[in-house]
Amino acid sequence: MVAELAPPAPLAAPDTHQARAAVELRGLTKRYGEETVVDALAASIAPGEFFSLLGPSGSGKTTTLMMVAGFVRPDGGTVLLDGKDIAAVAPHRRGFGMVFQNYAVFPHLNVFENIAFPLRARRWAKDAIGERVRSALDLVRLGRFADRDARQLSGGQQQRVALARAIVFHPPVVLMDEPLGALDKNLRFEMQVEIKEIQQRLGMTVLYVTHDQEEAMSMSDRIAIMDHGRIHQVGSPGEVYERPVNPFVCCFLGEANLIEGTVTSEASEVVRLCLPSGQELRAPRSDGCRTGRGMLFIRPERVEIAPGTARSGDPKANSLAGNVRRCSFLGNILRYAVDVNGAAPITVDLQNAAGVAPLPVGAPVVLRWPVADSLILAGER
Amino acid sequence: MTVTIATPEPAVRAASSAPRDRTFLLILPALAVLVCMFLVPLALFFVRSFTEFDGTTAQFIDQGGDLLLSQAYLTALGTTNWISLIVTVVTLLIGYPIAYYLTTATGVGVTIVVLSIVLPYFTSIIVRTFSWMVLLGEHGIVNNVLLSAGLISAPLSLMYNRLGVLVGMSYVLLPYMVLTLYAAMRAIEPSLLRAAAGLGASGFYTFRRVYFPLSLHGVLSGALIVYILSIGFFITPALMGGQHDIMIAMLIDRALEVAVDWPSAALMSLTLLVVTLTLYAVYYRVTDIRRLIGGR
Repeated sequence: MVAELAPPAPLAAPDTHQARAAVELRGLTKRYGEETVVDALAASIAPGEFFSLLGPSGSGKTTTLMMVAGFVRPDGGTVLLDGKDIAAVAPHRRGFGMVFQNYAVFPHLNVFENIAFPLRARRWAKDAIGERVRSALDLVRLGRFADRDARQLSGGQQQRVALARAIVFHPPVVLMDEPLGALDKNLRFEMQVEIKEIQQRLGMTVLYVTHDQEEAMSMSDRIAIMDHGRIHQVGSPGEVYERPVNPFVCCFLGEANLIEGTVTSEASEVVRLCLPSGQELRAPRSDGCRTGRGMLFIRPERVEIAPGTARSGDPKANSLAGNVRRCSFLGNILRYAVDVNGAAPITVDLQNAAGVAPLPVGAPVVLRWPVADSLILAGER
Repeated sequence: MTVTIATPEPAVRAASSAPRDRTFLLILPALAVLVCMFLVPLALFFVRSFTEFDGTTAQFIDQGGDLLLSQAYLTALGTTNWISLIVTVVTLLIGYPIAYYLTTATGVGVTIVVLSIVLPYFTSIIVRTFSWMVLLGEHGIVNNVLLSAGLISAPLSLMYNRLGVLVGMSYVLLPYMVLTLYAAMRAIEPSLLRAAAGLGASGFYTFRRVYFPLSLHGVLSGALIVYILSIGFFITPALMGGQHDIMIAMLIDRALEVAVDWPSAALMSLTLLVVTLTLYAVYYRVTDIRRLIGGR
């Protein structure tokens, strides 16, 4: 299912409703034998937008990118670049900048020549090449490494060379295929910030493929969450995280509680979910509400936990009593699993703030979270 | 700070107490065969040849110098070098596209090409040379076809001359070139070619700036191995060459069989051996032999 277009993201997100799309995918389809890897995919990427395809491995996101790049021939659908169908255009004439999963830095060329490659392939004049390469080197902070042999570079440096090489000719659209996949965690975060800054400074349109939800959320204006060749939801990071349209999206984007029950009174502004134990939870009415089997979605960090047994009577909050089953120390947070009557254990994340002492296993606790943060999803897990 | 830098002693102790690596024992049988069947006879040949020379050391050096500067020897040296160079270039020009095809294509075509390259490789060199003689002889298949098609009026001399030697040797040595190039080309990451295209390079530009430079060490290895093997060639030039196509190995053979001049044969063999070993040293420097046989 393809969700409606998102409202503008908090950052300087482009208006996706009015401007003509920089890249548009219409019904893009790819089959390998019996298997449909990409299934009638549609998406529209605005000029200057950072758009991510996010999904687990095998979800078809890289295949989609390769079809846009021209390395994989679609079995159906079209790719429009600036409104023009580019099906007949060879990959090297499509004019994209590209960053690859394994960097693909040319091992026999030094840093300068690697970055100059797209310019030389376009037969630029020598002076212009020197000037442009030096400014690209400065942009990725590799100015001192121009003469370095590509094989002597660390992973992070190679990644920067690959990035500089992709943007040196100022392509309007840059395609990135898991460019940070091979880096360790700290470096990855640093590079996310850098890529985002460069993208904003140059006003580039970026189509970014990743399986890392944090990466997608920290960089993207909009994210398309993919699985089995289909887009489940498109929206700003906040929207897809806070208002997932189905269980797959909410579980893929991080820890989530899905409390199963029966939906009653869907018509009113507040929808009720009845647990097998007879307790009732409430959520605002949303599109997914239908009477019958359903789930209430709530993020672990939205749930408050307090020792005791007295449930709150606050009409704006949901409340459940239970017992601590497990407490895991994750550094910045304490993650509790709490057994409640008639539901799967509920995960609660608590900031590891000053003065917080872990509750003992078995302790009676009360869970409490705002009705406004709850969401009813149709169906079962 | 309570963290201290670990002293290297524990590691050293661990290494010395670990069981000794005895894998080198595995090459002893091969080494024994090589020493007994090759190195010892070779040494005996040289010793016997040079002790057979009756005269002073000064005379030996004198006559040896005369031999190595003789017209026959210098001509053979030039011929050997020239034939080897041309064979190297020919096998490279024919072998490069074949090796490229093998790295990219899939299916039945690959099997056919591999078989037609590898099967002759396992066939006796004499059989292969005679096959070419059947093809290229005065009344051979090629001449017969051309004559009956009316393209020529008299048989072409395709054999017993330089052309015959080049055709025969190039054919025999082609597999070495193809397999060496194939190993080098297999090591080229396909993602680099895709990256080049993605960055705007045409197919030809990608070949010129990425593929060929990355295959260059294979070209060098292949050229060296073919050249090294060429300069010691005997059977093919002896059977398919004319009277002007005397290579060093044939000269050595004549010294032994016809003139029964062992000191001269030994001296020429020694120079050939030195040249070959020197080229092998270069070859060893440019080629990772383990990669050639499939390792990474």
